[in-house]
Amino acid sequence: MSTETDTSAAVGPLAAIKRALGPETVALLGFLALAVVVFGIASPRFLSAANFGSMAFQLPALGLLTLAMLAPILSGGLNLAIVYTANLSGLALAWTLLQFGGPDAGPFAFVLGSGFALAVGAAAGLVMGLVIAYVGAHPILVSLAMMIFLRGLGEFLTRGGDISGFPPMMRTLGHGELFTIPVPLLVFFGVAILWHVLLTRTRHGFSVYMVGSNIRAAEYSGLDTRRTLVLIYTLSGVLCAVAGIVMAARFNSVRVGHGEALLLVTVLACFLGGVDPFGGFGRVVPVVVALVILQVLSSGLNLLGANQHLATAVWGLFLIAVMAIRWSVGQWEERRRRREATQ
Amino acid sequence: MEAPGSVGTEVPALALSDVSKRFGGVRALDAIRFDVAAGEVHCLAGENGCGKSTLIKVITGVHAPEPGARLEIFGTVRESMTPALARSLGIAVIWQDLALFPHMTVGENITFDEVVGLAPRPFRGRHLRRRAADVLDRLGASLDLDAPLHTLPIAQRQEVAIARALLGDARLIFMDEPTASLTQSETDGLLAVVRSLSAQGVAVVFVSHRLAEVLDIARRVTVLRDGKLVGVYPTEHMTQARLGELMTGQSLEGSVTARDRSHAAPMLEVNGLSRTGEFDDVSLAVRTGEIVALTGLIGAGRTELAHALIGMTRADRGGVRLDGDDVQPRSIRDAIDLGIAYVSEDRLSLGLIQPQSIADNTVISTLERIGAYGLISSRRKSALVERRLGELTVKLGSPEDAVSTLSGGNQQRVVLAKWLATEPKLLILDSPTVGVDVGARVGIFRIVRELAEAGLAILLITDEVTEALHNSDRILHMAGGRIVGEYAPAAVDAETLEAAIYGRADLAADPGVDSRAVPRVASGGGTRPGAASA
Repeated sequence: MSTETDTSAAVGPLAAIKRALGPETVALLGFLALAVVVFGIASPRFLSAANFGSMAFQLPALGLLTLAMLAPILSGGLNLAIVYTANLSGLALAWTLLQFGGPDAGPFAFVLGSGFALAVGAAAGLVMGLVIAYVGAHPILVSLAMMIFLRGLGEFLTRGGDISGFPPMMRTLGHGELFTIPVPLLVFFGVAILWHVLLTRTRHGFSVYMVGSNIRAAEYSGLDTRRTLVLIYTLSGVLCAVAGIVMAARFNSVRVGHGEALLLVTVLACFLGGVDPFGGFGRVVPVVVALVILQVLSSGLNLLGANQHLATAVWGLFLIAVMAIRWSVGQWEERRRRREATQ
Repeated sequence: MEAPGSVGTEVPALALSDVSKRFGGVRALDAIRFDVAAGEVHCLAGENGCGKSTLIKVITGVHAPEPGARLEIFGTVRESMTPALARSLGIAVIWQDLALFPHMTVGENITFDEVVGLAPRPFRGRHLRRRAADVLDRLGASLDLDAPLHTLPIAQRQEVAIARALLGDARLIFMDEPTASLTQSETDGLLAVVRSLSAQGVAVVFVSHRLAEVLDIARRVTVLRDGKLVGVYPTEHMTQARLGELMTGQSLEGSVTARDRSHAAPMLEVNGLSRTGEFDDVSLAVRTGEIVALTGLIGAGRTELAHALIGMTRADRGGVRLDGDDVQPRSIRDAIDLGIAYVSEDRLSLGLIQPQSIADNTVISTLERIGAYGLISSRRKSALVERRLGELTVKLGSPEDAVSTLSGGNQQRVVLAKWLATEPKLLILDSPTVGVDVGARVGIFRIVRELAEAGLAILLITDEVTEALHNSDRILHMAGGRIVGEYAPAAVDAETLEAAIYGRADLAADPGVDSRAVPRVASGGGTRPGAASA
């Protein structure tokens, strides 16, 4: 999965994998395996194809939104408008489909509608990026304002109701499978790989990390910090639009309030994946693993008959536990370093 | 200068022997002997990491020494020290950051230790107020007790810190790099305060990088190197060069290296460049292979001039030619593409992105050179990093380590590597040795000289007269936003140059003299000179 190459020579394939993934990812994968085993023993239905299928269909919407949150956090900011950007983009798609006859709309209408949706997402991101980069306003305030604007606009346009009546093609996108892999999951993994390459291998991605660490030093080094910010928020908006299209297909309807509760979960998934809340550090791979863990916890508890709200509570507890464990590991490593230094 | 007849006749303030301290495998202090007479001004000298701070922390009880150490403090042998005991014995440390409270008043800061206790009491009592005023009188300082601390210039905050120590009946004060952010006239003021403290019987241990003032103020100097005691020397008959040698263990005898480059073609030509409130009618030239030093006071407009040359700001009038072409960079990217590189004076927050890796910091300005098919090639990246850092012999563990793990000297080499990778024609160095050890400075300037030999034009902005004298081909003096003098290093000595530069500052209040070269007054980066007065 990782395309990261290290300058030092690899010692065996396992060590190479471990280095490429980083210790964080290895620890997260270990926890993931543990969670799967525990739920597998506790509930025979957990390891069934049906359960994996349902998880695979639930993960992509949250996953895409999390990636849309990840990039602004790396640049030292935040995008609180992701959920409403996604739903407004979904609304753009729905409106186009309805203009072309609703259930009878053809592939052309879908392509056109998707293009419209992506444009709406990009526009929302672009406006935020411009204000953050040129006005210098704080990303939290700017994206909060955008979130309120988009929600109000969406409620106004839909009068708070559901928009539905899509062609069968939407069902394929939301519920279909390609080579037995759910289509939304394919979309998510495709986007995740693109996002990983963008962040680790392009000049723009490089600039995002540098701007997130110290924007003034990045400027003094000749990076175009404003263009970097505008571009990353625009791309974040585009990713929201992809999430919006997937959500519209999955629910077979669009509603402005869809997925409201996901906003804070995306932030937490980023931090669970080891992203520095102050910007400059974080990678796609551990964030994806973190997302899978959250999904496993939620589905596993659901199968055990736990209430959905209890699952949310367990997510919160789990994140607190991770922070505590990270802190203790940090302490332990510090002690070990000192001990090694004495010898 | 000295407290009369103090050495040997009174109980010494400090007499330490066999003080060692290990941190893991590192011997931070190795069998150190250190003594300070009552009322003596003593200097503790050494490069960064030589153990100065550790020694102070052992004396003030922050660190416990290894067994076998003998600590005699004001005539009493102490088995162990704690910070509270040190304070009650009258030992105070004024760290570089002063450890004051910016939003509290002068009076509250001075009486802080009295006011704060298990039950906090407000700073109201007339009694406390009078004591604070008395202490300031003792220092000869006239400060408003009710002024919030953050409104004061750094030099006056230092007086507040000293007053706070004296209120606690300090008899031995350690001052850590107290003059690092002071102008020359402020430094003179501080040295006067130190002398008067000494005359009142308070011993002062001065920790400073600036060798000239060390020799000026202290009676004796204790030199540490790599955690070991090099020796204790009287400052009489000691020279800066000799002291530098003792600190670094290498010969630092600076000499004029100037060459005549007047036959070379000009690389940078600045004609009548002006920007209101910053610099006025500046004309200068730097030739191919020439190092031109631009010296003057902080606030003279040197950094502002550099910012205009690299497109951070726009000049109002005048023109710039680079290699024969008129240029007008609109951004730093433009300047880089034109062949201008600027090493910022603030390496910590502008020069490098401290938490990021050495490799990323090296390639940040030349991403277009390490691309392949639109992506960054990790092979090309590591090749560039290896070549550029190899050229400058940067000592490092792995290029993936954070740049903040390097020493000041090595960090500055990474900055140079980053800019040399852009293959510039003109290199502007703004105070390149700030926070760099004396020994490492020699290495930096050797590199700079080699770059000039290779044909680079270099504009060296520096506060330190000897640095300009020994490392440039020509010296320009800037004051109040104008070029006011030009010197040939071979034909001028340090004293003449110092008088020319610092003499004007002391006359700054005189209306007959251009008063725009205001000394640095605040720590908040507000070093812009005031509006044009003429």
